[in-house]
Amino acid sequence: MQPLVISRFCVANGLGSGSDAMLRALRGKRSGLAPCHFDTARIDTYVGSVLGLDDFRVRPDLGEYDCRNNRLAQLCLEQDGFALEIAAARDRYGAGRIGLYLGTSTSGLHATELAYRRRDPTTGALPADYRYAETQNAYSLGEFVRRYLGLTGPGFVVSSACSSSAKVLGNAARMIAAGICDAAVVGGVDSLCLMTLYGFHSLGLTSTGPCRPYDVDRDGISIGEGGGFALLERADRVEPGAILLLGVGESSDAYHMSTPHPEGLGARIAMQQALDSAGLEPSDIDYINLHGTATKSNDASEDKAVFEVFGGRTPCSSTKGATGHLLGAAGITEAIVCILAIEHGLQPGSANTTSVDPALKSNYLLENKHAKVTRALTNSFGFGGSNCSLVLGVAG
Amino acid sequence: MRAFVEGVGLLGPGLQGWEAARRVLTGEEPFRSASTIIPASELLPPAERRRTPVPVKLALAVGQEAFQNAGRDAAHTATVFTSSSGEGETLHQMCETLASAEPEVSPTRFHNSVHNAAAGYWSIATRSREASTSLCAYDASFSAGLIEALTQVVSWRKPVALIAYDQPYPEPLHSARPLLASFGAALVLTPEATGRTSASFELEFLPDEGKPTRMSDSALEELRLGVPAARALPLLEALARETEGDVVLDFLRETRLRVGVSPC
Repeated sequence: MQPLVISRFCVANGLGSGSDAMLRALRGKRSGLAPCHFDTARIDTYVGSVLGLDDFRVRPDLGEYDCRNNRLAQLCLEQDGFALEIAAARDRYGAGRIGLYLGTSTSGLHATELAYRRRDPTTGALPADYRYAETQNAYSLGEFVRRYLGLTGPGFVVSSACSSSAKVLGNAARMIAAGICDAAVVGGVDSLCLMTLYGFHSLGLTSTGPCRPYDVDRDGISIGEGGGFALLERADRVEPGAILLLGVGESSDAYHMSTPHPEGLGARIAMQQALDSAGLEPSDIDYINLHGTATKSNDASEDKAVFEVFGGRTPCSSTKGATGHLLGAAGITEAIVCILAIEHGLQPGSANTTSVDPALKSNYLLENKHAKVTRALTNSFGFGGSNCSLVLGVAG
Repeated sequence: MRAFVEGVGLLGPGLQGWEAARRVLTGEEPFRSASTIIPASELLPPAERRRTPVPVKLALAVGQEAFQNAGRDAAHTATVFTSSSGEGETLHQMCETLASAEPEVSPTRFHNSVHNAAAGYWSIATRSREASTSLCAYDASFSAGLIEALTQVVSWRKPVALIAYDQPYPEPLHSARPLLASFGAALVLTPEATGRTSASFELEFLPDEGKPTRMSDSALEELRLGVPAARALPLLEALARETEGDVVLDFLRETRLRVGVSPC
């Protein structure tokens, strides 16, 4: 594929708001996970929650979109000078020439959970103030951000569970290559809700402590919430040091709805395609940000796939011990981890993991490593066997 | 952006499969609305068949019909799923449970709740490890799927199937988001003409508002407006009538799509 420049990005999650906060946390190997006190949830687990969302309100002119997910979207867009940069891009390209491709798995579902507690006792009707389109619908996030940023170009929301906000970079790359838009805002937001907490718990996949990816004693995920956005532009005039999207790979497991392929077959295809689309060899990758959810099955199958493609030398780690599993926002957040790794020569060690499972063969980083990162790959895999790998790099 | 239509699948109220629906869309037979009959998917093993939610069955049924008509192997074809409503019945059941004193949910129901449930089951059923995506753009979900599918065809120079589907919600969600009927439409699109090609699409993204193409039959027009996936109807009508011309589809606010349809 034709490389694209990632000219601006913003991020917010349990580690803090803004890329400086995230970088500080990664440098200090800090975890943002804490015991779960979300809403009425009574589950013995840890979560990565974003502080202040309960009292946060979306911009008054977009008040009908007010829900936890869109609050988090706006909080994130307010970081890192992102909204200002998009205003400048709007002047450069025209609002109608900037695409918007966003990922989420649960959108504003928590608004529906709250509304179901307030049903009319006789008719069962939802409360009159419940707004389906602006909260529950998967596209709620898309329309909220489109209005917030004043964009009028093409777009949609991808909802393929935990690969959603990695896959949107592929959508944007194809749309720009096809001339449908000249630039694109990509990203994703997912926020805490009861459905995912109780759902993953029902599958026996939530850890009772902070999650420990690749640990010999790993016992499941910690759910987190977060958001990330990036501006993608054509790489016609690239300054040295510019961050580039180099490759995208997408595949399906064809195996099971909630369990990854035991040999990591779909994951392997996604990584290989991402390398092929970037025109790179496995040895060209300096760091891999793993999906690394800390379930027994994910880490075992991902390790097989990574070892198959890369052998056991490439440094790799999961940052989910720091952020928790951000589900539909994981892809963009971990792409931003790769950008920070490239910009600051930091290969982040795995928060919470103390003893790497000896059955896993990859070169897994327990401690931060300071080394040049020219190209990084990140994995995102989701329910339904939806896999996506991205390759990012720096212009020389 | 250009792509060729190799196969069509359709299920809607009184539109029971593409062959039968074609006679209605050409005007040979009158449109008589009736409940959409969604067959159990032969693609899935019996145990899975029972566990699959209705929207998944709908998506699998129209997808399978389109591939049969195309004479193409689904195992080697990328897919674009698009739906405004997603998994409504599962959402309702889970929200009821979560609002109760015993909020323990079913694990199967949880994995069936994701917007890409249909894509997951499709991939398992067809053994396809190709790329697959699952989109939503509220009322513009069909247009979102169409532009993504065409973009994939021109980017990858490979066949891509578009599967659009919507299933009405149960109450109380139905009152908050009324959808008129069950409706699914699928298109197998290819980068070059093949022996089974029936038409070509030339798609253009237009950055302005404009009147979409309407259905001349008022009941079909009501269906078009009543279900996001049924926004495909004017395009399907053009395919059925084998006429050359432009179809204009609503997309997001201040945008639309123009599709030049040419019979082959």
